[in-house]
Amino acid sequence: MRVPILKQGDYLIASVQSVLSDDDLRLLRDDLADRVGRFRSRGVIIDVTVLDVIDSFATRTLRSVAHMLKLRGAHTVIVGIQPDVAFAMVQLGLTLAGVGTALDLEEGLEYLNGRSHRLHEHRAFGSREEDRLGHPVRPTRHTQEHHALRAHEEDEKKLFSGHASPRSLDYGH
Amino acid sequence: MAIESRVRISDTAGIVTARQQGRTLALELGFEGSDLTVIATAISEVARNILDHAKSGEVIISRYQHGGKRGICVIACDTGPGIADIEQAMQYGYSTRNGLGIGLPGAKLLMDEFHIKSTVGLGTTITMRKWMH
Repeated sequence: MRVPILKQGDYLIASVQSVLSDDDLRLLRDDLADRVGRFRSRGVIIDVTVLDVIDSFATRTLRSVAHMLKLRGAHTVIVGIQPDVAFAMVQLGLTLAGVGTALDLEEGLEYLNGRSHRLHEHRAFGSREEDRLGHPVRPTRHTQEHHALRAHEEDEKKLFSGHASPRSLDYGH
Repeated sequence: MAIESRVRISDTAGIVTARQQGRTLALELGFEGSDLTVIATAISEVARNILDHAKSGEVIISRYQHGGKRGICVIACDTGPGIADIEQAMQYGYSTRNGLGIGLPGAKLLMDEFHIKSTVGLGTTITMRKWMH
């Protein structure tokens, strides 16, 4: 059965509704890779609450989904792994290393929100831009590139106008 | 009460059916909690092994009684190419395909007993059991 994928703002929520065969899991992986690009999603939640078995194949697929989506610019969080399933996974030596996990959907959203807040703070740091009403403007990719370019140009100017530490230029003297 | 359940494995849906039948039978036999998940997961691994290496085969799940002990017995058999080096195949992390190499050794970790018999060209039979504690 195909897993429905809902779009919720910047996030996608894949809510597993029934047990999944290996083929269903592969389909989910491909669907998510496609949607993340189409909707420019920043985060993906995969809700596996109904799964009664997460074996080596399922673990490997979930892990590769998360790593693949990360390369596409989205964070993945797996939510709802049942205690018995977690127990069996640990006995099998299976881990979801490098993949976000959370107890349930609510915590999964919090996890992603936490990540994106940190991202926005990081981006806003050092930005002096404000809109006409004086509110700070969230830098877009364009302004980020602009800042980076300007910073680079200023460094070069300093270098050639002698503001940079002369020692760094006086090799061997 | 079903005493035995046979599931033909020839596609990935068969893996799902096998582990569901295993869980149902284990529940009927009196297993509970994480044991049900552990048994279903082990069945999933051996069933996938059939599909990956022999294309098709059968999983037989039955009640097992021996010397006052009760439990569940899972037999996974195929008439595929067989395993030339069982020791290597049972090494945790060893995989002939692009897998994790956790399937068979993982199933062994999950169950109480695990026996594998394989003849190259004739096929493989895995017998595994879990006792009720």
